Amino acid sequence: MSGFSPGFKRFHRSDDPRLPPGQFVADGFPVLSAGPTPRIERDTWTFTVTDASGGERRWTWAEYQALAQESPTVDIHCVTRWSKFGTSWRGVPVDAFLAHVPNGAGYAMVESYGGYTTNVPLDDLANGRAWIVHEYDGAPLAPEHGGPARMLIPHLYFWKSAKWVRGIRLMERDEQGFWESLGYHDRGDPWREQRTWGD
Amino acid sequence: MGGLTVPGAWLRARLTTRTAETATARTLVFSVPDWPGHLAGQHVDVRLTADDGYQAVRSYSLSAPAGEGVAISVQPVPDGEVSPYLAQELPVGADVQLRGPLGGWFVWRPESPDPVLLVAGGSGVAPLMAMLRARERSGAATPFRLVYSLREPGQRWFRDDLDRYAGRDGGADVHYVYTRVSPDGVVRPAGRLAAADLSAPGWLPQDRPLCFVCGPTGFVEHAANLLVGLGHDAGRIRTERFG
Ligand SMILES: Cc1cc2nc3c(=O)[nH]c(=O)nc-3n(C[C@H](O)[C@H](O)[C@H](O)COP(=O)(O)OP(=O)(O)OC[C@H]3O[C@@H](n4cnc5c(N)ncnc54)[C@H](O)[C@@H]3O)c2cc1C
Repeated sequence: MSGFSPGFKRFHRSDDPRLPPGQFVADGFPVLSAGPTPRIERDTWTFTVTDASGGERRWTWAEYQALAQESPTVDIHCVTRWSKFGTSWRGVPVDAFLAHVPNGAGYAMVESYGGYTTNVPLDDLANGRAWIVHEYDGAPLAPEHGGPARMLIPHLYFWKSAKWVRGIRLMERDEQGFWESLGYHDRGDPWREQRTWGD
Repeated sequence: MGGLTVPGAWLRARLTTRTAETATARTLVFSVPDWPGHLAGQHVDVRLTADDGYQAVRSYSLSAPAGEGVAISVQPVPDGEVSPYLAQELPVGADVQLRGPLGGWFVWRPESPDPVLLVAGGSGVAPLMAMLRARERSGAATPFRLVYSLREPGQRWFRDDLDRYAGRDGGADVHYVYTRVSPDGVVRPAGRLAAADLSAPGWLPQDRPLCFVCGPTGFVEHAANLLVGLGHDAGRIRTERFG
């Protein structure tokens, strides 16, 4: 007897080792957005990396498409407790952009069209663990899923994988992004259940 | 009180009352001794524990404002693990664990002067009801309009309070969108939420209302797109998706 919720029984959860604690498997696609979906044209889309001293390097859509592409297949985990296994994407590893700016900063702010921001330790963005993606499941990324391009950081909760991404700003000190300033965790590791402040 | 406190610990919450909203949906009121208070629009995580130690956690919006208890309103989903248990089985007087309040963006504060346009799809009315009740409780005269999309009349939650707010001078404007079956005497033909449902004098884009949209993902996406299409500032549309 736990003393809580008498008569409650486990129903249909699996013990799949791919499932982080507190998550369950989704048939749909996880969504967590603060507002409506912005419409962004590829013709005017740019991606900007700003180094810690303010220097900028910018890519147009065509320049981004010309970079070496990868096709990661990964599991994703939304803080609203949905997980989805084996999602397939196409895009450019973040390392390819970071290679063009001076390093030394420890943190990054990922910035989106529409004003959304999320802070991520630079280690989590580099080392082949994060991508700027433009295809999902073999098709161009739909606007509601972050198209034309979104961040993909599968090893962190999915709110870190900012939709409608427009750039990365490197920072020497950590600052909080949109959800992080509203109570969500600064790092967001699903395996440690880093959902909210204090986790 | 309330607002952006660190949610931290799991709190013991005792079910004190369970009341019917519809044939299947229930509002559950808990007594939580260490509850820190909350803002209208915030939600809690509810944790259930089975005898074998298995735990399940789900999020539920608070449907009453601070000062009116810790209340959630649950639509049991077929084959759901948690919602049927909460709606039907958890005995009154028994305990669950709660963590919260959570979410600091989808909130309405009584001191906010802007007109408010609430757009609910089904059970998404829960956090919006907390906002309507917080307005009522504070005595604020802020113009409020609720556009409530539901399948048929039998699915209507919070009937008494909504009828009361809609019926009194200075109350709230309440507009129902029946998607399958309209009640007798309602002129609007049953059908999906449309731009016309969201256009009312006082809550037009030039009135700069704060818009709160809540419900299933597909509904929220549709409603938010309609609002943007009408010319509402995307920065003034706040959304909460239930799954
Ligand atoms: C911020 C937030 C606020 C919310 N507020 C409310 C609220 O106020 N009121 C409310 O009613 N809900 C609310 N929800 C939704 C709520 O959290 C739950 O998702 C909902 O109650 C369903 O939970 P469940 O455990 O009953 O269903 P689950 O067991 O999670 O199942 C959901 C559905 O998926 C299917 N399913 C899931 N896993 C499997 C599997 N392994 N095999 C087969 N089928 C599966 C089930 O058949 C079922 O139909 C909110 C959600 C969020 C994110």
